[in-house]
Amino acid sequence: MAKGMREIKRSLKSKQNMKQITKAMEMVAAAKLRRAQEAALSARPYTDKIREVVSSIAAGAGSIRHPMLQTREVKRTAYLIITSDRGLAGGYNINVLRKLMGTIADKHRSKDEYEVLVVGRKGSAYLNRRGINIAEEVTGISDSPKYGDIKPVAYKAVQGFEDGRYDEVYIVYNRFLNAISQVPTMKKLLPLSSDEFTGAAAQYEYEPDAESVLSVLLPKYAETVVYSAILEGKASEFGARMTAMGNATKNATKLIGELTLSYNRARQAAITQEIAEIVGGASAQQ
Amino acid sequence: MSTLLLEIVTPERTVYAKDVNMVILRGVEGEMGILPHHVPTVTPLKIAAVVAKIGGKEEKIAVSGGFAEIRHEKVVILAESAELPDEIDLDRAQLAKKRAEDRLRGRKDEVDFRRAEMALQRAMNRISLRG
Repeated sequence: MAKGMREIKRSLKSKQNMKQITKAMEMVAAAKLRRAQEAALSARPYTDKIREVVSSIAAGAGSIRHPMLQTREVKRTAYLIITSDRGLAGGYNINVLRKLMGTIADKHRSKDEYEVLVVGRKGSAYLNRRGINIAEEVTGISDSPKYGDIKPVAYKAVQGFEDGRYDEVYIVYNRFLNAISQVPTMKKLLPLSSDEFTGAAAQYEYEPDAESVLSVLLPKYAETVVYSAILEGKASEFGARMTAMGNATKNATKLIGELTLSYNRARQAAITQEIAEIVGGASAQQ
Repeated sequence: MSTLLLEIVTPERTVYAKDVNMVILRGVEGEMGILPHHVPTVTPLKIAAVVAKIGGKEEKIAVSGGFAEIRHEKVVILAESAELPDEIDLDRAQLAKKRAEDRLRGRKDEVDFRRAEMALQRAMNRISLRG
């Protein structure tokens, strides 16, 4: 084998391996994406129903006063950011993290003004490196998250607000538009804005009374919002990974094409040279 | 006999949706038996079994962290978790019960104590339904 050919061959082989891996990851992500979308869809009836009931209480009771609905002076803000545990998902993690860092840089002067609650290993690693206060960290959430898995972090955010530890809670996640586009979004979780709860008042009896029902339902509602953001985040993660791996596979295919061509050229050149040498040798003997 | 639709929904799925004759549930204020054409009511629920009566038969569903929205023709129960008896993992519930009991004995602070108490209630609810 002529010089250069071995190197080409080796790098060709490694690209082929990579392509196999990225192709497999793309297909796995596609399958999981479908499941994540279904999960996000099946969480909807629950969220809709809670919102409906809260709305009807809000509409029926006129002006309801509940700490979770009241805006107060902001001294301390909590950000709940949703990232993934694993990488190779294109810009999935960095997009939300940048959004968060941008907001923090804009809004806060000192570190005492905010705290971050993180879901996902990538997010906590990134924020740790930058010395951001992490109040709570949840990693190792399964690909189809159960409500119980996320309850601690949701509870912590809601509880922190109720205790007056935070005056505002934002949730930062990738909103799922479709398989190829996910938008990093920041949404105010608490205090809940009363515009969210508009709708016709159904006349209900409340046991024991409207206010205590509300004080059970509002935290639940906030937790549900967190849960559905995590589900959406999962769907976005798989969407982003699918696209990223699809691109990687395409690039690998292109590289393999180019390398194959230059390998064949080198091989052809080697053969030509060998023939030329033989012919040259033979004619020199005559 | 007239019926009403009982729906039990968790964030993950719809656990139960059937036409039943009567629903018995334990609200925070006490046990309620709901027949069709009940006055529209909303109430949080205790951790307990919801009993659905169909014909002469009873079906029980373990529900925790839920509330019920009752209308004339329909009862919707939204719960953090809900299981039919044959879906309950008895071993897991036993383990959870033991863990919660240990924790209650250890009792550290208020929050842990309450949490362990809730866990114990959930486990007992599941075990009693299954056993």
